[in-house]
Amino acid sequence: MSRSRIARHSGKLILGIPILWIILFMLVPYGVLLTYSFWLKKYPLFVPAFQFGNYWTLLSDPQYIKVLLRTLKISTLVSIASLVLAYPFAYYLVFRLKSPTARLILFMAVIAPLWVSYLLRAYVWKTILGTEGILNSFLMSIGLIDEPSGIFLYNQFAMVLTLTYIFIPFMVMPIYTALEKIPPSFAEASADLGMGSFQTFVKVTLPLSMPGVVAGFTMTFCLSFGDFIAPFLVGGPDGQLVANVMASQFGAALNWPLGSALAVVMLIIVLSIISISDWFEQSGKVEL
Amino acid sequence: MPAIIELRQISKHYGSVIGIEHVELSVEDGEFLTLLGPSGCGKSTLLRMIGGFEEPTTGQVVLSGQDVTDLPPQKRNVNMMFQDYALFPHMTVGQNIAYGLKMRGIGRAEARQKAESALDLVSMPDKVDQMPHQMSGGQRQRVALARAIVREPKVLLLDEPLSALDANLREQMQIELKHIHDKLGITFIMVTHDQTEALVMSDRVIVMDSGRIAQDGSPEDLYERPATPYVANFIGTTNLLPARITARNGADAHVEIGGQSLQVRTDTVPRYDDIQIGIRPEKAYFIGGADEKAGNILSGHVAERIYHGNSLRTTVRLHGEQEFHVDAMLPMGMAQAASPKPGDKVQIAIDPDNILIFERES
Amino acid sequence: MTATSTTLARKRRSPAARARLAADSGFAVIVSLVMAFLYTPILILVIYSFNDNRSLTWPLTGFTTSWYEKLFANDQLLTAIGNSFYVASCATVLTLIVGVPAALALHRFHFPGKTVFRRLLLLPIALPGIVTGISMLNMFKMFGFNLSLETVIIGHATALLAVVVTQVFARLQRLPKSLSEASSDLGANPLQTFIFVTLPNIRTALIGAGLLSFVLSFDEIPVTFFLTGRDNTLPMYIYSTMRRGVTPEINAVGTLIVLTSLVLIAVSVVFTLRDTTGRR
Repeated sequence: MSRSRIARHSGKLILGIPILWIILFMLVPYGVLLTYSFWLKKYPLFVPAFQFGNYWTLLSDPQYIKVLLRTLKISTLVSIASLVLAYPFAYYLVFRLKSPTARLILFMAVIAPLWVSYLLRAYVWKTILGTEGILNSFLMSIGLIDEPSGIFLYNQFAMVLTLTYIFIPFMVMPIYTALEKIPPSFAEASADLGMGSFQTFVKVTLPLSMPGVVAGFTMTFCLSFGDFIAPFLVGGPDGQLVANVMASQFGAALNWPLGSALAVVMLIIVLSIISISDWFEQSGKVEL
Repeated sequence: MPAIIELRQISKHYGSVIGIEHVELSVEDGEFLTLLGPSGCGKSTLLRMIGGFEEPTTGQVVLSGQDVTDLPPQKRNVNMMFQDYALFPHMTVGQNIAYGLKMRGIGRAEARQKAESALDLVSMPDKVDQMPHQMSGGQRQRVALARAIVREPKVLLLDEPLSALDANLREQMQIELKHIHDKLGITFIMVTHDQTEALVMSDRVIVMDSGRIAQDGSPEDLYERPATPYVANFIGTTNLLPARITARNGADAHVEIGGQSLQVRTDTVPRYDDIQIGIRPEKAYFIGGADEKAGNILSGHVAERIYHGNSLRTTVRLHGEQEFHVDAMLPMGMAQAASPKPGDKVQIAIDPDNILIFERES
Repeated sequence: MTATSTTLARKRRSPAARARLAADSGFAVIVSLVMAFLYTPILILVIYSFNDNRSLTWPLTGFTTSWYEKLFANDQLLTAIGNSFYVASCATVLTLIVGVPAALALHRFHFPGKTVFRRLLLLPIALPGIVTGISMLNMFKMFGFNLSLETVIIGHATALLAVVVTQVFARLQRLPKSLSEASSDLGANPLQTFIFVTLPNIRTALIGAGLLSFVLSFDEIPVTFFLTGRDNTLPMYIYSTMRRGVTPEINAVGTLIVLTSLVLIAVSVVFTLRDTTGRR
């Protein structure tokens, strides 16, 4: 290769350096994770090995399955609740709001909470829902109940409420983007062809917005699936989710191999969900 | 005179798709050369190869005797005026123009001076401190030109320079560019799909077809003596009719078209008897009655007339059912009314020298 | 006569208009509901940070700024804030240094494994932060590194790469290729083109991505949780105080964070608007 040819491609070589970083700090850790998951816990720490015992424990011990199912259930509920609230909101913003300034303001207003600490947004529900919290004292002060009720906090209801609160913006954003891409002339054309506005929505708008819905649902689901803050703050003793169990393996339990195996399982589940949703998006893809 | 640019054995493949095939080209210093053709014919690719933005799959690009095939654009003494002008939006006009000088290490004062004289050349003084987005398309184009010539390159490449302008401005710029070329004396290589531009501005035109050179010559060469039906129809319009040679006699031949016979004169004798002939619409004219002067007559009925302001195009349906266009200028005072109307029976005369002969394309 | 006829006309609405009115009211309800849902808790947080009572009950008792005063006297908290600033700044710089060339590479070149590379890059957004945190912890431990603020920085920088790359990549896509070609044509080598032409034109994306990365790093928990040594960042400190129970000091910290966030959002909106209007 002539010298000038090398010089011509030097730019490409320099750009390769950050790529190396990415490979180093992203690929390698996953490899290490996988490796650890095969190790054996031997008092007081753990030793290198190659055995599937950890995975077997996860599959056979009912407490892990229970936690996994609980997490899946919560994630699904959160995603559905977010969807129910986010879709009409986004629809209103795109199709019913006339002023672009108002649209921008409301959109920003939904996104803004993301910039406020996630921890605090979860914490604030703990203060609201507790027996000594604001909701209870408010209800007592207006006479609805006589003594503080414990039904609001430390259960799955509280977790779903908190997580929905935190993740709604992630559902609004992709749906908004998808709805925005639909040319208004589509609605006009369908009206021209005799369809009522509800029919237009069901037959035209909804299908075209599906990619956004799928993206939002996936994002919300995956984020809820991996969350450990909400269970910690508002979940109560029966509220442990997969992430908490995982975290505890790295804490007092000192069972890094088991924790790693659990992490690998979580990785597989989340990656599968992403792949499925990608497939959905691709198969229903329409060039607008 | 030594060639300033030589393209040797150039080809460009994209996987199995052929972009350019077997192009050999030699450009003289100071020429105004135009690469002409429809989209996808490879003309822009060729231009970009000269500029250094594309690499040929095979072949060499030689500039002033030096092989620059492996050299990146910044190392070639060639500058390009881009189709979308590519003015840097975050810099003023002056900074845009001085950019190339800055890269050469020329000081700010001298650079500003050169920028201002470049702006004078393109008739845009006093715009030095404006921003590109404050200017119209035509103004931006001039700035792009000034920016390209301020570095005094040996060759200036122009990629469809006038395509974004509206018709009036385009005509004006065609002449201006020609004047600037004459003034600077450097080589201009332009790419366009507009044949009028090519004819008006260039010293030499190369017509391209699907990655190959179809014809290479002066505008007049290409117009009067197109080498193939493709060129004949790309530059101007040509009535193409299938014909058959019925007699040969040295430079003369007789051909038969749909039952009618014409005499042609040609210096290239086609090998086969089945040929195509081409007649430009403005070289044919109507005659009334029996005119002995023209032995070459085609007869038919007028199908349609289209008014072009300064000319009139009459479409005639010949006896063999082919369509034939006749263009006639409408000189002062002469109205459409005097010309044959739809339904009229007409006779078209053509001089034998004005009939083009092409091999029949299979 | 005329008055009655107009009143009659006003009362007689077409069924389509009535349906639309109903739909609009329905929408208005949902929008208000969502807004109330989102902002009431934040409002409560702010209000109760001024409440003159240790327990957070209704009704409010009195106004006080004592919780804020306690905050500023809390050395541990102040150190944690300082640590967070240090980590967020370094992580932002690092992620920009790595992310911008990565975005450029994705934009410009085709190389084998490009799709895999892109997937890998975007993974941390969708993957639970806890997995990223754990995997990096494992790696550091295996290679014998001790945990510290520096490991946190590396963790953040890696997790935030996706933010920078997506934003910068999107902006690069909108930049005409002819600009960099023109720059080369005029004698600039690739580095000069990058500095003088590309960078100034992706400035808003850089600022937006940088700002967002900073904020996300400041608030980061899962990755930090596993990679932090003895020094705490702000979220870690808050997390540990929450373990001990609910206190209004947290409300005070929260309010300050909300205020800062508002300022940052305003700044980023100004920059986004400047990018879309004005120049083009």
